[in-house]
Amino acid sequence: MLDMTPANSVERTALKINPAKTCQPVGAMYAALGVHGCLPHSHGSQGCCAYHRSHLTRHFKEPIMASTSSFTEGSSVFGGMANLQQAISTIFEMYDPEIIAVHTTCLSETIGDDIPTIIGKCQNEGKIPEGKVIVHANTPSYVGFHVTGYSNMVKGFVKYLAASTGRRSDAINLIPGWVEPSDMAELKRYIAAFNLPAIMLPDTSSVLDAPATGEHSFYPKGGTTVAQIRAMGDARHTLALGAWASEEAAIQLTKQCEVPHEVLDLPIGLAATDRFISAIAKLTGTAVPQLLEDERGRLVDVISDMHQYLGGKKVAIWGDPDQVIALTEFCRDMDMKPVHVMTGGNGQAFEERIKAILADSVPTANIKQQGDLFQMHQWIKQEKVDLMIGTTYGKFISRAEDIPLVRFGWPILDRVGHSYFPSVGYTGGLRLATQIISAIQERQDRDAPDHAFELVM
Amino acid sequence: MLDARKSQVITAGDARAIVCDRPSVAGSVTQRACTFCGSRVVLYPIGDALHLVHGPVGCAAYTWDIRGALSSGMQLHRNSFNTDIRENEVIFGGEKKLARALRELIPIHKPKAAFVYATCLTGVIGDDVEAVCRGATAEFGIPVIPVQSEGFRGTKKHGYSAACAALAQLIDSGDTTGIGPFSVNILGDFNIAGEIWTIKSYLQRMGLEVVASMTGDGRVDDIRRAHGAKLNIVQCAGSMTSLAKMMQEKYGIPYVQVSFFGLEDCASALYEVAKHFADLAMLERTRALVREETAAVLPEMARLRKDLEGKVAALYVGGAFKAFSLVKALRQLGMRVAMAGTQTGAQQDYEHLKELCDADTILADDSNPLEMAAWLAARDVDLFIGGVKERPVAYKLGIGFCDHNHERKIGLAGFVGMAAFAREVHATVTSPIWKLVPRRQRPGCSNTEGTP
Ligand code: SF4
Ligand code: SF4
Repeated sequence: MLDMTPANSVERTALKINPAKTCQPVGAMYAALGVHGCLPHSHGSQGCCAYHRSHLTRHFKEPIMASTSSFTEGSSVFGGMANLQQAISTIFEMYDPEIIAVHTTCLSETIGDDIPTIIGKCQNEGKIPEGKVIVHANTPSYVGFHVTGYSNMVKGFVKYLAASTGRRSDAINLIPGWVEPSDMAELKRYIAAFNLPAIMLPDTSSVLDAPATGEHSFYPKGGTTVAQIRAMGDARHTLALGAWASEEAAIQLTKQCEVPHEVLDLPIGLAATDRFISAIAKLTGTAVPQLLEDERGRLVDVISDMHQYLGGKKVAIWGDPDQVIALTEFCRDMDMKPVHVMTGGNGQAFEERIKAILADSVPTANIKQQGDLFQMHQWIKQEKVDLMIGTTYGKFISRAEDIPLVRFGWPILDRVGHSYFPSVGYTGGLRLATQIISAIQERQDRDAPDHAFELVM
Repeated sequence: MLDARKSQVITAGDARAIVCDRPSVAGSVTQRACTFCGSRVVLYPIGDALHLVHGPVGCAAYTWDIRGALSSGMQLHRNSFNTDIRENEVIFGGEKKLARALRELIPIHKPKAAFVYATCLTGVIGDDVEAVCRGATAEFGIPVIPVQSEGFRGTKKHGYSAACAALAQLIDSGDTTGIGPFSVNILGDFNIAGEIWTIKSYLQRMGLEVVASMTGDGRVDDIRRAHGAKLNIVQCAGSMTSLAKMMQEKYGIPYVQVSFFGLEDCASALYEVAKHFADLAMLERTRALVREETAAVLPEMARLRKDLEGKVAALYVGGAFKAFSLVKALRQLGMRVAMAGTQTGAQQDYEHLKELCDADTILADDSNPLEMAAWLAARDVDLFIGGVKERPVAYKLGIGFCDHNHERKIGLAGFVGMAAFAREVHATVTSPIWKLVPRRQRPGCSNTEGTP
C-alpha cells in the first residue's frame, strides 16, 4: 500500500514528490551548533524554527536549542526589524550566549529584512553586551538546499570574525563539510596524528553527541570558540572538505585574510581518504604516521577478504552532493555498480563528477541533481538494485521493492549510531564497508534455499 | 526568568490568573510551532486525499510522515507533495506552478480530494491559492480545497481553525441517505497508533454507526456525508470545536466534548454519548462495556501503581485538554504532578488546571527548555511527558519520558489505552538506566525547592 510510485516515467515540471533535500536554515542551524556557546537564531516565523529543531532532534536524539523572531502577520507586512531587535535583547538577557548566529528564512528574505543594518543598530544602541558577538547568514530556502545553508553560515562566521593580525601561525584551518559529530572528532584525530595544529570550523563533536551528565547544559562543552574563529585569519592554509559545504568559507578566508585554500572531497572511502591524508602530509612535510597506515591496511584487508560479496552488486545512492560523490567513488572502488546516483541538491558539477567517476565502470548510470525520491523509486523499478545507500526516507522504497538499505546522510530518523561512529577516514570506511557487507550477507542468508544456506561466509 | 515571562508562570495555588494566549516573546526558544503545522496535523490523516504543500521544500520535508496517524487502506497521505517554490516563483508568483503541479498529480494518483496548503512564503508573495483551487476543482471534478495555513498567522491553534474551515468545504457534498438515527461523527482524533479503531469499536458495541472520523483514518467520501450524523463527538477539543460549532449552527447537529483518555474520562465520555441518544438499551450496553473493559485492565493497573505511587511527573503538551486528562490519569496511577504546561492553553483552561492540580503544581504557558529543565531538576521529577523536542532534555537529566504527541507508538485512548499508558509510564520510570545517571548517583539529589 505504501508503494504509490508508477514504474513508467512521468513528466514533472512543477513539483517534488518525496524530497531528497531539506531547507537552508536547518543547515545554518547545524553549522551554528558547532560553535561554542552559540545560540542559533531563526529570523522568521516560529514554525520554521520548531521544525528545524525537531528534525535535528530526531536525527541526533539530542536537545537542540535555537531561538526565533516569532514573526506575526504584522511582521510579514512591516518587516521583522522590531522582532529581531527584541529577540537580541531577550536572548542576551535570558540565554546568555557568547555569540548569536542569525539566519534568515524564506519569509524574512522575501520581505527583505536587512540583517546587518539591524545588527548595527543594536550595536549602536548598546543592546549587545561587552564581548559578545552577533553574526548572520542569508539562507533563503528557495535558493539552494540545506547544505547551502550550512555553507552560508560557516562563511558568515568567517566573514564576521576571522581577521589576520599580520602574523602567520603554524595552524591550518579545516572546514569539515556536512558530516556527523563523530566524523568531526575523527578528523581532529587524523590531524592530531600528524601533530599539526589546526582549527576546525564548525565542530559539533561534544555538542551533538554530548554525554548524559544528569544535567541539561544549554551550551555543551564542544564547538569552535569565537577566539579560534578569529585566529583562522592567521592560519597558513585552509583545507575545505566537500565543495558544496565548505568551499565558500575557504574562498572567503582567502579573500579576507589571504589564507590559501584547497578543496578536497569528503574523506569517505579509501581513495578520498588517501587524498586527504596526502594533503596533510604535504602540509607537514612528514611521513604518514604508522597508526594511519595500519588503519588503511585494515580497511584494504577487509575489502579484499569480502570482495566476492561486493563484486558487481548494483547499488542506488542518494543524499548530499559531497557525500554522494565520495560514496560513489568508494562503492566503485569496492567493485560495486552504482547504477542510480542522485542528489536533492543542485549543481551541474554533481552530474559531471559522478559521470567521471563512473565513466569506465557504469557508463550508463542514471545520474541526477535536483532529484527526489519519487524519481529514485522509478529508476529502481526500471532497474532493480541489490542495495540502497541513503537517508531514512529510502525506507519506503526499501520496503516496497524489498531491497536492503544502508542508512547514510541527513537525516536518519529511525536508527542510532551515525552520530557516534565515524564514516570518514579509514576506520570510518571500515564501518561503512562492514555495514554494506552485512546488509548483502544478511539478504543472502534470508533468501538462500536450505541447501545453499551457509554457516561460514 | 525574563520579566515578560513571569506572568505566564504560576502555581496552581496562586490567586493571580496566568497570562496566556499571546505571541511568544521574540528571541525565546519557544517550543511552539506555526499555523501550517496545526493545519497539517489536523488534515494529514485523511488517507485518500492528496496533500500538496504550496511553498518551499522545508515546510513539506519536515511534515513528511512525521505523525503516526494510521490508515487502514489508502496511504496516499504518507507521501510528500510539494511545489518546491524557487526564486523564480518568488519573483513572478507561484500560481502557475501550483496549477501545473495539480495537473501533474491528480491524474496519476486519482485522489478523492486535494488539500493545498499555503505557507508563509506563498502568502507573502501573494499567490491566489483559492483561485487556482477553484480552477482545478472545475478541471478535475474533485474538490480541491485551499488551506489558509500561512505560518505567520499564528500558532498551531490558528492552523486548527484553518483546517476546520477546509473540512467545512467538504462536508455537505455527499449523499446522506441510509444514515440511521444512532449515528455519530468523531472529531479531533487522529488515529495515532490506531486509537480511533479502539474508540470506534466501543461506539459500535454501543450500537452506534460512525459516519465520519475526522480525521483519523478519515476518508473523503465519509466526510462529505458527515452532516447526516446525529451527534458530533469532539475529542481533543482544542483542535476541532470550531468545526463542531459550525455543524451545530448549519445542520443542527449537537456535539459533546469528551476525552477518551483515562478510565474515568473514557467512561464518562461513553455515558455522555449514550445519554444523548436516550436509549435504554444503549445505556445498558454501555454500562456493560465500561464494566467489562474496566475490569479487564484494573488488576494490571493496580500492580503497576504499586511501583508508581508517590512518583512525581511533569508535563508539557500542545493543548490544554490533553493536560486535563493527563493530570487525572497520572493521579489514577498514584503520581503527583509537579508541573503542567501547554503551548497554547487559554485562560479558562488554566483555571480548570488550577482546580485539578495540587497547590504547588507549576503551571506554565509557552515554556522553554531552560526553565523547564530547571523545574524538572528542582522538583526531582521522575517522569516527563511531552513531545519530540522535550524528550532529549528529559533523558539528559536522567528522567523517564513518554511522548504524548505525534511520535508516540502506543495507543493511549480507551480503557486498553490507559493500561498501555500505565505500562509505558511504568517502563520508563522504573528503567534501571536512571540509577546510572550521574545526577541520581549524587547523594541528596532530592529537593523540593524551586517554585517559580
Ligand atoms: S519557510 Fe523556508 S525556512 Fe521555513 S521551513 Fe519552509 S523552507 Fe524552511
Ligand atoms: S514557513 Fe511558515 S508555514 Fe512554513 S514552517 Fe515556517 S512558519 Fe510554518
